[in-house]
Amino acid sequence: MQHIVIVGATSTIAEHCARLWVQAAPVRLTLVGRDAVRTQRVADDLRVRSPRSDVKVMTTDFVDAADIAQLVSAIVSQSSVDVVLIAHGLLADQVTCQDDVLVCDAALQVNGVSPVLFAEAFAKSMVTANHGTIAIIGSVAGDRGRKTNYVYGAAKGLVSRYAQGMQHRLAHTGVKVVLVKPGPTDTPMTSDLKAKGQKMAPVEQVAQDILKGIAAGRPVVYTPGIWQAIMLVIMHLPRFIFNKLNI
Amino acid sequence: MKPVSAWGLLSSDLHDVRVLTDRGQVASVITQNTQGLALGNGRSYGDVCLNPNGYLWHAVGLNKFISFDESSGRLVCEAGVLLRDIQRLLVPRGWMLPVTPGTQLVTVGGAIANDVHGKNHHVFGTFGEHVLSLSLARTSGEVLHLDWSTEPDLMSATVGGLGLTGVIVRAELQLRRVGSPWMQTETLPYQGLSEFFDLADASEQDWEHTVSWIDCLSGPTLRGIFIRGNHISQDQANTQKPSRMTLAALQRKSDAKSLTMPCVPPVSLVNSLTLKPFNLVYYQLQKFKTGLSMAHYESFFYPLDNLQHWNRMYGRRGFYQYQSVVPRQSGQEAVQAMLDAVAASGEGSFLAVLKTFGDRKAKGMLSFPMPGVTLALDFPNRGERSLTLFAKLDAIVREAKGRLYMAKDARMSRELFEVGYTRLSEFVKHRDKGISSAMSRRLMEY
Repeated sequence: MQHIVIVGATSTIAEHCARLWVQAAPVRLTLVGRDAVRTQRVADDLRVRSPRSDVKVMTTDFVDAADIAQLVSAIVSQSSVDVVLIAHGLLADQVTCQDDVLVCDAALQVNGVSPVLFAEAFAKSMVTANHGTIAIIGSVAGDRGRKTNYVYGAAKGLVSRYAQGMQHRLAHTGVKVVLVKPGPTDTPMTSDLKAKGQKMAPVEQVAQDILKGIAAGRPVVYTPGIWQAIMLVIMHLPRFIFNKLNI
Repeated sequence: MKPVSAWGLLSSDLHDVRVLTDRGQVASVITQNTQGLALGNGRSYGDVCLNPNGYLWHAVGLNKFISFDESSGRLVCEAGVLLRDIQRLLVPRGWMLPVTPGTQLVTVGGAIANDVHGKNHHVFGTFGEHVLSLSLARTSGEVLHLDWSTEPDLMSATVGGLGLTGVIVRAELQLRRVGSPWMQTETLPYQGLSEFFDLADASEQDWEHTVSWIDCLSGPTLRGIFIRGNHISQDQANTQKPSRMTLAALQRKSDAKSLTMPCVPPVSLVNSLTLKPFNLVYYQLQKFKTGLSMAHYESFFYPLDNLQHWNRMYGRRGFYQYQSVVPRQSGQEAVQAMLDAVAASGEGSFLAVLKTFGDRKAKGMLSFPMPGVTLALDFPNRGERSLTLFAKLDAIVREAKGRLYMAKDARMSRELFEVGYTRLSEFVKHRDKGISSAMSRRLMEY
């Protein structure tokens, strides 16, 4: 059985990825979450969906480097990991981040530093085994800083640059690094945006794209695919035009 | 605030939509000063799922399974799980929901709140009969765990309770065994209502599922198609030579990618010009299938689920579904009178479904089914003309001591509601005062 680790297993995107994985074939799943009760609920759901899968729950503090190191070594010492999906995130409100440097710090830690630490910790054992895929959920918000969400965007930008470097380092090995950039997705994290009438991609579709990208080992996965074109335009807009846009 | 429509697309008022995602948080989310209402997948037709300018607690985020006992068939899940997801997961393991309506794109909570029924009412009754227990969040902040022995009254108020007794968070359901996804079906054309009732009675013993479709434009020599079906085992499916298609082809047909009605046309595609040819062609196509055959359960039970947004075909003004039930004694006469009234009005219905209900007492105080016969008609919204016809149909239903289905209704009068639903006074005592819907304000005190 494939061993898949999901960090941030209560995230809606991660949960839907897990559903697709167990639906395809029984797997060994290690779910990592912050909240034991909520992570356990995800595990129970997956066990009903796939009684022959082996689903384990672990909890940790997501912004404590020592805890992360300890947790990851506990996971890899039990059995080798085929895929790790690093999916946790928190869409912090930009205005609150500007007002309160503590909120800003928390947003940068959990969206930027934490995923990088998880990836680095898993990479060590994967490089030794010369096998495995590390998938990290970034965001289209990390492609160019915008006034409406640049703190979140900066954290995701950190993840992007990190993944890029990892891909360079591991280019000629059996370890693959997949950076996923979802556009706005219909999840509880974006329910405020949805209430404002913004179009959202269905989470089932995003999860399918992620699984395909992981299976193919694609370095960058925009989902839905249209966001690759949109971000290409946004990244190349001259500043005098960009600054006039209210995005 | 965002615009929300029910399936009939008759209105599109603004609602403050809150998505429920964490079953542990439901009680605290709904404890508000303003009244709200739970919304499932929005497949009810009229205003039972709407609460204009107020809160809608959208339950589709409560989509987790909790446990399943493979030996007893008991499933516990959150209330926003779709019936489709239950069946796609568990039919391959030999278990199926005992009762499903004509679409499986409804949530468990919605199926309970409307106490839905299916083609096998004479065998399995309504959805609520198979709910063993449930958790109900109240706007007072408490979460009640109910079953039929400890809280029979509140259970009976909540099953078919239109979401007005609290927000259903979790339910325990008893599933039934099936041997395969396959159905043996038989299609029988008939003429006239007497023939329909004879077929329905003759089928009760040996067939689990019965339904019929009638062409209400066919005049006094009413023509219809009677369809009956039984679940069969995989062995039976393998050995029985399918009449026209192989099992693999039937499976492919059921897996086919769904079509989508891409936009709302400016006028209803169902109108006086198209209806006669529509009905005639449909009748001939169905008649062509006369005899025994086999079908996948999804194409047998939910033929319209593969045509996404089919409700859009009625155009911008939306459509009404008029579904009544009348007791058996007066049934034939009342159905004939309704069909005559429809024909005389010049309004026609594309989907006219006629079905008998079994002799079972419904479990919910406001459950729709009663022993008798139910007729469902769809009409494009043509304003006053539609309402005038409905007033005539209402008079027939009232005279026959019948009632209308709340999950479909958008306009019945308070008086018709009160004479049809005799346990109303018992029901209102169990209402949650923090919950209100467009329908409850139309038909009850608040």
